[in-house]
Formats: sequence, structure tokens, C-alpha cells
Amino acid sequence: MEMEPGSSSGSSGGSQPHSVPSRRSRAFYRFTQQNLPACKPALTPGLVIITFLLLGIICVPVGLVCLHASRSVVEIVDRYDIECIPEQYQSNKVSYIKDSMISKDCKRDLKVQSHMKAPIYIYYELENYYQNHRRYVKSRSDKQLLHGLKYRDTSLCKPQETSNGLPIVPCGLIAWSLFNDTYSFVRGTTAMNISRKNIAWKSDQDHKYGKHVYPFNSQNGSFIGGGKLDPNTPLSDQEDLIVWMRTAALPKFRKLYGRIKEDLNAGEVITVHLVNNYNTYSFGGKKKLVFTTSSWLGGKNDFLGLAYAATGFSFILVAILFALIHVKNPRPHGDAILSSWNRKTSAR
Amino acid sequence: MFGCLRRRWSRRRSGSLDREKTSGAGYSRVVHCNNPEIQEDDRPLYPLNAVSTTKYTIANFLPKSLFEQFRRVANLFFLVVACVSFSPLAPYRAVSILLPLVVVVGATMAKEAVEDWRRKKQDIEVNNRKVMVYDGSHAFYQTEWKKLSVGDIVRVEKDQFFPADLVLLSSSHDDGICYVETMNLDGETNLKTKQCLQVTTMLCSDHSFQKFKALIKCEDPNENLYSFVGTMHHEGTQYPLSPQQILLRDSKLRNTQHIYGLVIFSGHDTKVMQNAMDPPSKRSKIEKRMDKIIYILFTSLVVLSSTGSIFFGIQTKQDISDGKFKRWYLRPDKSSVLFDPKGASLAAFCHFLTGLMLFGCFIPISLYISIEIVKVLQSTFINNDQEMYCEESDKPARARTSNLNEELGQVNTILSDKTGTLTCNLMQFVKCSIAGVAYGSGLTAVEPGLGGLKQYCTFEIEGPSHSLAVSRRTVKSFEIDDPSHSPAVSRKTVKGFNLRDDRLMDGHWVNEPNLDFIQKFFHTLAICHTVVPVIGNKSSEIYYEAESPDEAAFVVAAREIGFEFYERTQTSISLHEFDPKIGRDVDRSYTLLNMLHFSSARKRMSVIVRDEEEQLLLFCKGADSAIFENLADDGRLFELETKRHIDEYSEAGLRTLAVAYRKLSEEEYKTWHAEFLMASNAVTADRDEMLDAAAEKIEKDFILLGATAVEDKLQTGVPECINKLAQAGIKIWVLTGDKLETAVKIGFACNLLRKGMRQIVVTLDTPDMNALEKQGRREAFEKASYESIARQLNEAHSQVTVSKEISIPFALIIDGKSLGFALSRNLENLFLDLAIRCASVICCRTSPKQKAMVTRLVKGGTRKTTLAIGDGANDVGMLQEADIGVGISGVEGMQAVMSSDFAIAQFRFLERLLLVHGHWCYRRIAAMICYFFYKNITFGFTLFCFEAYASFSGEPAYNDWYIAFYNVAFTSLPVIALGVFDKDVSSRTCLKFPLLHQDGVQNIFFSWTRIIRWMLNGICSSIIIYFLSTSSILIQAFRHDGKPAGLAELGVTMYTCVICTVNLQMALYLSYFTWIQHLFIWGSILFWFIFLVIYGFFPPAISTTAYLVFIETCYQNPFYWLTALFTVISALLPYFVYSTLQANIFPKYHDIVKRMPSTSSP
Repeated sequence: MEMEPGSSSGSSGGSQPHSVPSRRSRAFYRFTQQNLPACKPALTPGLVIITFLLLGIICVPVGLVCLHASRSVVEIVDRYDIECIPEQYQSNKVSYIKDSMISKDCKRDLKVQSHMKAPIYIYYELENYYQNHRRYVKSRSDKQLLHGLKYRDTSLCKPQETSNGLPIVPCGLIAWSLFNDTYSFVRGTTAMNISRKNIAWKSDQDHKYGKHVYPFNSQNGSFIGGGKLDPNTPLSDQEDLIVWMRTAALPKFRKLYGRIKEDLNAGEVITVHLVNNYNTYSFGGKKKLVFTTSSWLGGKNDFLGLAYAATGFSFILVAILFALIHVKNPRPHGDAILSSWNRKTSAR
Repeated sequence: MFGCLRRRWSRRRSGSLDREKTSGAGYSRVVHCNNPEIQEDDRPLYPLNAVSTTKYTIANFLPKSLFEQFRRVANLFFLVVACVSFSPLAPYRAVSILLPLVVVVGATMAKEAVEDWRRKKQDIEVNNRKVMVYDGSHAFYQTEWKKLSVGDIVRVEKDQFFPADLVLLSSSHDDGICYVETMNLDGETNLKTKQCLQVTTMLCSDHSFQKFKALIKCEDPNENLYSFVGTMHHEGTQYPLSPQQILLRDSKLRNTQHIYGLVIFSGHDTKVMQNAMDPPSKRSKIEKRMDKIIYILFTSLVVLSSTGSIFFGIQTKQDISDGKFKRWYLRPDKSSVLFDPKGASLAAFCHFLTGLMLFGCFIPISLYISIEIVKVLQSTFINNDQEMYCEESDKPARARTSNLNEELGQVNTILSDKTGTLTCNLMQFVKCSIAGVAYGSGLTAVEPGLGGLKQYCTFEIEGPSHSLAVSRRTVKSFEIDDPSHSPAVSRKTVKGFNLRDDRLMDGHWVNEPNLDFIQKFFHTLAICHTVVPVIGNKSSEIYYEAESPDEAAFVVAAREIGFEFYERTQTSISLHEFDPKIGRDVDRSYTLLNMLHFSSARKRMSVIVRDEEEQLLLFCKGADSAIFENLADDGRLFELETKRHIDEYSEAGLRTLAVAYRKLSEEEYKTWHAEFLMASNAVTADRDEMLDAAAEKIEKDFILLGATAVEDKLQTGVPECINKLAQAGIKIWVLTGDKLETAVKIGFACNLLRKGMRQIVVTLDTPDMNALEKQGRREAFEKASYESIARQLNEAHSQVTVSKEISIPFALIIDGKSLGFALSRNLENLFLDLAIRCASVICCRTSPKQKAMVTRLVKGGTRKTTLAIGDGANDVGMLQEADIGVGISGVEGMQAVMSSDFAIAQFRFLERLLLVHGHWCYRRIAAMICYFFYKNITFGFTLFCFEAYASFSGEPAYNDWYIAFYNVAFTSLPVIALGVFDKDVSSRTCLKFPLLHQDGVQNIFFSWTRIIRWMLNGICSSIIIYFLSTSSILIQAFRHDGKPAGLAELGVTMYTCVICTVNLQMALYLSYFTWIQHLFIWGSILFWFIFLVIYGFFPPAISTTAYLVFIETCYQNPFYWLTALFTVISALLPYFVYSTLQANIFPKYHDIVKRMPSTSSP
């Protein structure tokens, strides 16, 4: 053992590296000594101010652009579930909707507030409808949708897997509760042409629903849920079903109903002839019909734009505030602490 | 353990054996050798020599390791959840829970399997080693170790390992001596002599065993390496067996051509295997706290689940009111148990279980395995640190356990041994006092503590000054076993000897007046020891293999003066010595009659020899107290002077021993010898005490010769290191066996005691007490002592509390006797309270047990982390008691290292170990655990938020596989990188600002406030993620083509946000980015997108909602990206703002240090 005094100097605490064995490469040595080249970001005031400023400068314009996109969207929303019920049934909406003898036809007039450029999207909007309920979401059979009656194990579809002893295609609660209000639109005097095609996701249509699977035995039970499917159209062409089967995330949601491929002018009135079949009254839901254009960012929702803009502004404000604090009260420098190793050590 | 084994064997043992002579329990082993008359069935059944150190076998690996795995609460929880996940209770498919569990458990098991396989390979190698075995009739044949059985006779060749525990029968040396090296047992490299019984010495050829028959009765297998009790029955006579005849497995035959031995313990019965127990495992404070946090998470899991199920129950109940269905689309009339409105409470309970599964992500399943991986890698860094590598001894630092890495950063008190720890344990004979005359004018390295740190200034204590002495300070010590060293080159470089006195050197001692005493003095040094001389292979020069460096120093000193010890046989010790009567060098041989080994109770060792003039002499050396008590009346001639010299020596920081001798008459010896023989023939547990008692009977009436003083130098860098550690706010206690004066001197030398410190000395060594002790009234003395100590402690305490304001550092010095009283139940707390107010504490004259007791007191009393450091067997208790035991792999063997948690080569490496590695590891582990909780809360809480909007039905927002991969793929590697590579400041800064260590002591990085802050951060992040992404996506068209977003799209968006947030949060936290961190963090985010694409291509039956979701709906969709970007920025904002404000406006110490301009340079 080396006995010569002072071989390790006190201040550096023996930090002079011993001679590196030649067999080790320099890089490996640096690795084992945990001395790899590295960048060491530290939250210095300068860096913080620049970060905030930069974020602000990016966020504000993005927010404004988003806001502009959202604002450019024209939207007509009409809630019809209350109005479409005749006066005498207002106190008992459920019995009205459940009585299959009464005509459910209803007429609504929608006024176009400003010019709407084609394509115009038509949605139905439901509220307080839990398509995301676990029982509901799980109650479907992807394999049956694809293979039809060939696939027999439909236990997932409970409680809507068989009816009168025969399997149901498509089975499950989702398909059973298919939305079945229908709309037709008259512009002035001419019926409008609505495109009901391409409203579902392409991948769903192509890969999740069989091209040779036809509805079978659906809505034959004692308790009729929603819409009845055309037994002569394969599932992959039943786009309403496919749209409905793609469950919504939240209890308030819109589903695409169709497209109008003509512009609508401001001040025009569109007459909607609808059949109010779907029961939202039992659970206090709402039904709305939505006409909307779309922007590059999708539909009308100011939230993202506003949020971006607001946050961006606050970033800039914080940056300025920080700069002021920094100029007025520079952070304590570390010189003093060098000698202060007497700092209270008993403090927990 | 072996109790039950013995029971198994004894069932098979026939009752025909005579067992009446074996003395009771624990001494039941019977070994037959070469006794064909005894039938196989009659022989006691002992295991074969095959050993297995593996934890598992192929057959039991699966069940056993699975059992080990599922003893952990978290794993068990997930196992139960996984089982339940096959039932309809599960909110998602079983894969989500099964995959992470399988990965985590599989990884841990793979680790176990690899470790076990390594052990297995080693076992196979060992079991298949070859050894020569006697075939029972005439010859020896070669066989594998594993085939040996108890009672076999084996021949072991030079430099081979012993295959089992053997009784030495004979060796190639005529006198039946052999030399063994016990490196593998206790790490001691010196050779030890073993000797066979006289009766078996003649069995020196392969053929001589034909007629040899023996029966050995001995103790049962035990783990005590240094004791053995047994007898050998041979041809009707009974011979005692002692450790002297036992060759232990895994030690090596040296310097001997071959030996014959009889196997008495085989396989797992051998002492070395009995010793191979795992040291008690210690857990760090952080891990203990981590367990608590996991329980908190479990609690919050239960709370969340039950909240969910209450709401769920209410909403489900309302589905049927007055016979009307509310949510008719759920078919409440045809409901299963899980959703039945009529049995809402049962449904709610089932939902509670579902909730436990759903929010199971709160429990970080991969935490344990990640921490294990991280700690192993951290240990690798410690082991490979070049700056803790000792070039001189070629020893790197070694983390023997990886459990305690982070504990290093929290050390509050260091309890240090002195000899070998602070000092080198390389002894130099510097002074002696013979017949009341002090010889030697050497200088000691003991520094006055007044000068600067770097000055190892030397000063003279007494005696004539020699100008040449100064130059000796530069003499370097050299290796013990260095065979190239020749003493003839220069006397200055004789290792272990630094006595400079012309009155003794170069044969001048013959002119001294007390010639006879001087001669006896050096005879004692040359004869009374256990040193083995080894002839070097190059020349005729002699090396000494000694058990302790002190002994070697004595023998060397005797040689240098002119009494050269050159040969040891079983019965004699031979010296070259100068005979003043004849006037020339002669070879003298002393017949060795008895050796009374050193025992800690007697504190001395003696030998009884017969010299060539047929005179019986007893030479003794030992602690001064042990000698002075037993002086003959006419032997006290120089008592006063010698005592004074001893005091002077110890004040100078030297280790002292007193030397005495006595002449024995033949009759006295004979009577005593019979008694002694009886004691040594005893086959009972208290043989050691009997031997001690017998020795006491002859160790009396000494004639005092003088005293020796041996210097033990401070290790390099000790004062600097201690200074640094003190600056770091670490309290240092030195527990030493030295005398008070020595300890104080050393304290000054190593900077433990500094100028300006007020010393409080608690001692019983006052004239009053001494007088009282002499009166011999034990009770009165004890009572008085107790009162005195209580008084002293109280006085000191008030003194310390009063002057607290002036902030004078205090040093407490207490001696062993006082410590005994201070550690008593009533004074314990007072003593502790006093001691923790003092900057330094020195306990002198402590026994190993007291060391451990003090450690326990400090550990229990302060509730802070204690570290014990030591190098010798006497420190083992202390090392095991402390939170962290650090062993110095120095000169004194490996016992301390074997029971330590970390091993370093020199004390000064402690500085780097604690301040650098400790700081880093502590910070890393703390941050890692906090981050783990953060990321799991962030993830889990988004699920809960979503639940609230899905009428608490238990539908997960994410696809099953997203959940499955969260812990094991998307977030696992960055956190490991954090744990292994992150460092806030460079090692240089750590050492420059030792106060950084206080972060760990005060547990700043793992305080409850910090943990809770991280958890709140997680909750904040997840609320922000949920609300921002749902408010953005809401109901409107998600894309240009008018399609709105469904559950699948929302899930992907939220999950993207979660993954990016937690990974970027890591990036924000890290302060040290190497390519590894970059790779892991950005790689994890990238991996999520790659996964999403690949997973999307799986058929819809597997991928369900994730089918093509990224390709079709998200990746060209600006809305998706803008939402994700904004959400992530916002989710990180709370942490960012908080940490900037904290670092810039209310900076903590480490923030300031981190920002120092001098530290920013690499």
C-alpha cells in the first residue's frame, strides 16, 4: 500500500483517474466511470423564458388557425324529440313511443342561417345514451358479423343471442338497439338527394362485416328494440348498422346519417320529414338532427383553438413575468454555499 | 437444520453401536475407518460428498421459483386478478393482465435460472474433481469427489484442495506436519500448520493402511471453523483430536508433497458448506417505504373501485323503476348477475371486483423487477469504478449485495474500527522497553492534528534524535509475500521493523548492562508465536507466515537483533542466535512442550519450552493488564518504568504488549501437564474454557522483561476522507480496542479530533476508582462506577446543551469499562443523546460485542442509517448489526468482508462510495420509484375518469393490448435508464460539495411530501389528459370527411397522450442525457406508434377496436395530432412550472450546486 503522504489531495478527493488499462477502450472506460458524453439540460431562467416564449409563439398561431377552421364550419342543430310528440302525449312520452299503432311522422323546418358549402353532413345526435356501457359494448360477436350463421358461438351476445330458439344475426344488444329514426328532406318543393353511402369507416365495411352475411331472425322477439334490418342486404352494405355498431366513447354522441352534395344558401328553409321511432324517452335522452359543413379540422368545436390560443398567450405572459422576476431579483448565487457546510444538519 | 437430518440417520442406525461414551447431544458422529466387519447396514448413514449449492433442481424449479415469485404481494394480487380475468367479471380480455404478469414473472424467473445455472456448473466442476481413494485392500485409485463417503482414506497431493473435512493421518513430512492455505475459507493467505497424531505418523505409504483400523467419535457437523472436538479410538487407546488434525474442505495443501487423511465430514456436512449460509438480508429504508406506498396504492385502488361500484350500483338499480325500464337498450329485464338491477347490491359487489382489475394498473407490477435490474447494474458500476480500485492490492470495490446501494446515500453515522481500517495493519516494531530501559527513537506517523491536512508531519516523542530517522519516513512498505525482497539489500527496508537504537543494533546489545533480560526478551519474541518460517524459492532467505502482522513484526524484530527463527517442527523451534558467552552465532533448538494459544479471555499467549540446558521455561506475551496482574513478587523489578514506558508508547499511538517469562520446575510442570492433558482430551463443548483454566494455572508468577511497541500507520488519505465525510455532515464514531491515549492520538492524526473541539472524556480510570477496585469489593465498585458514569454523562450532557448556541463541536471519548455501564438500560438513552450531539465519538477498549451493541444503540436510537466499517473478525458483529456493513479487504483476512455488504480495499474509498455512488444511487432509486408511481397513476386515473362517463360500468377506455403493453413495453426502459444512468451532478461536484450528501440523510428525494407531490402530479396529468382530449374530440366530426370519433379513436388519442406524457415527463426530469436515455425515451414513444400500426394489421377478431385505427383514422388526421400535442404540453405544464419556480425562486441546495458555473463544465 502506498504510504507516501498526500498521494490523494484533499480537495479533489482522489479524483485523478488511475492510469487506464490499455486493454480497455476509452469509450468503455467512460461508460464504466459513468462519464459518457451527455447533454445536461438545467432549468436556468434563460432557458425557461425561452421555452415559454417559444411555446407561446407556436401555440398562439396554431390556436388562431384552429379557431378559424372551427368558426368556418356552419352548423344547424335541431332537437326534435320533444316537439315531435303530439300535445296529448306530452305527459306520457314513453307510451306514445311504444305504441306502434300511432303514426310517428313529424315535420320540422330548419332555417339555414348562413351559406353552407357542400358537402353537408347530416348527423343524428343522442344524449344520455350509454353506448360505452360495458354490458352494451361487449354484447356483440365480431366473428358472427364476419361469418354469419356459420359461427355458432354467440355467447358474447347475451342477452340477445337467440330468439324463439333460433340464432339472431346480427346478434347482441348493439345491433338490437339500432337507431331507427328516418329523415327525408325537402328543399322548397323538391326532395333533396341524400347520399347514404360511405358513411361508415372503410375498414369496418371491408373486414369486419361479411359480404355474404344476411340478417336473420332479427327483431323477432317479444321486445322490439330498435330498427329492423333488411334481410336481403348483406351486412357489409348495411352502413347504418356499421355506423351504429362502432360504439361511441361518451354518452353524448353523433352518428353520421348521410351527406348532401349541394350547397345551401342563407335564409333557405329545409323541411325535414322524420319518423320518430327511437325511444329515448325512457331514459331521458335527447335526440337532435345536425346539419353541418366540415373544415380541414373536422366539425365545429372551438375548444381546441381557444385552448391553444389561451395557453399560448399565458405562456408568453409567464415568460414576461419570469423575465421581470429574473431582472429584478436575480437568483441567489452559489458562492456563499461553498463555505457553509455547517448548514443545519439536524433539520429533517 | 442438521438436527432433523440427524434424526433421519439415527433411525437407520443400529443399536448395537456403543454410544455410551459420546458425550450427549451434538457429539454423536461415529466414523468407522477400514472396518469391514461392521456391516453396511450397521454403519451410520452419512451423505456422500456431492454438494449442491443450487437453490433449485430441474424438478422443483418451476413450482419453487413460482412460489418465490408469488410471495410478493403485488405479484400475488396480479395472479389472482389474472385468474379472475377469465371470468365474465373481467373488464377486458385476460391478456391485458396475463401478459405483463408473465413477462415480469418470466423475467425474474429467468434471472433466477441463470444465476442458479452458474452455481450448478460450478457444482459439477467441483463434484467431478479427482482424488485418490484407498480401495480397502491394498491400493489407491482415482475417483471423483462426489463419490467419496465418510470413512474413506484419501491421498491429497501438493497444491490440491481437500475434498472433504479430513482427519490428518500422516504427511510426507516425517513429523506429520503439513501446511495448508485457508484462502477459500477465511481469506487468510498465510500458511497454517496442521499436525497428525503421533500414533498415525508412520502411516506414510500406500501400503501401510492394510492393518490400520480406527473409530472416530466427534462432534456433529457445525459451522465453527476454528473448533473441533473428537477422539480417535485406535488399537484400544483413545486419542484426542483437535482442530490441529482437521483439514477442512476447500483449503489447499501447500509445501507438502502429499498427505493421507480420513474423511469425517462429507458433502454438506463439511464446515465450509455449513458456513455457506446466506448472510441476513438487509433491506434499505427506501424499499421499506416503497412497500408502504404500495399499500397506499392498494388502498386507493380499493377506494376507487368501491366509489365506482357505489355509483354503478345506484345507476343499475335505477334501470328498472316501477316496472319500467329506463335504459332499455341494456335489456335490464334479461340481465345477468353482473348487471341485474333487481340485485343491484350483488352487481355492485361484482363490479367492485371488476374495478380492482380495471384499476389494477395503479399497482406497478414491474416495479420490483425493474428495481432489481437497476440495482444489479448499479452494483456493476460500483464494482467497476476505477477510482475505487486499489492498484497496490489489485482489489476493486465490490458490492456484495445490491440491496443497499441507495442506502449508501443516506448514511448518517459511520462506526469505524481502527486497526486495519483507519490504519494499514502493517505493523512496524519501533520501540521496546527492556528491563526498564526504553530503546528506540523512532518516529510515529501520528500527526498532532494541529497542522494542515496534507502534512503528514512527523515528530519525535523521546529518545536521542537521529537525523537519519527523518529519511525513513519515505520508506515504503512492501508486499508481505514479496519473494524478491532481500533483507540484505538494505536494513532500512526491512518490513515490519523500524527500531533505531545503536545500543541494540548490530550486536551492540551484548554491551548493555541488562544483557540477560535483553536475551530473554528477544527469546520470547523469537519463540512465543505461531509463525511459520518458509524458505524462499530463490535463495536461502526466510519468510514468515504469520497469523497477524504483529506477530510477524516481533519475529522480524528478533531476527534483526540477532535471534533468527528458522525452523519449526512439531516439537521444536530452532533459532540462529548469538551466544554472548561463546561470542559467536550458534544454532539452538528449543524443545516445544506446550503452546498455550492466545485467547481473548486471557489476552495473552505462552509457550513452554525446554532449552538445551534442560531448563524449563515459559515465555509469555500479552496485554499489559494480563501480564502485570500475574507478576511474581521478585518479577516486579521494573514494573514502574515499564508501565511508564507503556503509557508513553500508547500516547504516541503505538500498540503495546508486555513480555514476561518464568522458570518452571520439573515437578510443577509435570503436575500441571497432566491436568492440561485432561482438559485437552475432553470431548465436550466447554473444552476451550477448560483449556483456558488450565493455562491460567501456570501463567503466573511471571518475571517482567519489558514491553514492545508496534506502530500501525494510518492509511493513505484517511484524514482527508474523514474530513470530507465530516463536512458531509456524517457523524463518525471510532470503536477501537486500543487504549484511551492511543485512541486520542489516532483521533487527532486522522482528523477526527480537531483543534478547537472540546473533548469530553468519560472514564473510570481515576485514582479513586482504581483504589476502590483494588479493595476488591465488587458490588461497591460497580455501584460507584455506575454512579460515576451517570454523573459524568449528566455533566457532559448539560455542558453540551448549554454551549449549543456557541456551536463548539464536541468530541466524546469513552473507554470500554465506562461504555459497559453507559450501555446499561438506564443510561443508554442519556449516553446516546450525548453522543449524537457530539461531532466525533471515540470508544476505546471495546470488545467485539460492545461494538455490536453500540451499533445497535445508534441504529435504534437515531433511526437513521448507520454504516459500520471494519476489517477483522472482531468487527463481524458490528458489520452485521449496522444498516450497511463495509468490509476492508485488507491484511487481516476476509471474515469481515464475508459478512459485509460492500467491500473496499482502503478506507479512503469510502468517500467515493458514499458521496458519489451513494448520492447517485439514492437519487436514482428514489426518483425511479416516484416516477413509477407517477406513471401508473397517470395511466390508471384516466381509466377512472373515463369510468365516470361510462356510468361506472367498467368499460376500459383502451384496447386490451394497450393496457397489456403499458408496463412492460412502452414505459419500462426509460425508467431503467433513469435508475442506472441518471446523475444530477458529476462525481467531482459530489466530492467538492460534500453537503449534497445531506439530501440523502434528510431523505429529501423520497420524503412523503415529495412522493405525494409526484402522485398529485400523476393525478393532475391524467385529469388534464382526459378532459382535454375528450373536450377536443367531443361530438363533432373528427376528420375532414365528417366521420365522428368513437370509443376506438378516443382511446387511441388518450393513450397516445398518456405514453407521450409519461415519457416526456421522464425527459423533463432527467438532467443527464446520454445517447442511452435518448434512445430509450424517444424509442419508447416511437415503439408505441410502431406497435399501433402492426397491431392494427392483425385480424379484427384479435385487434378489435384497434383494427387499422391508426392507419385509417389517425395518422393523416391533423386533429388527432394537434389534440395530442396540446394535451401533452398541458399535462406536463404543472410539473414544469412547479419545478422551474422551485429551482429558480426557492432553490434547494442541490439546485444551487447544480447551477454553479464551475460545475457546468464537464
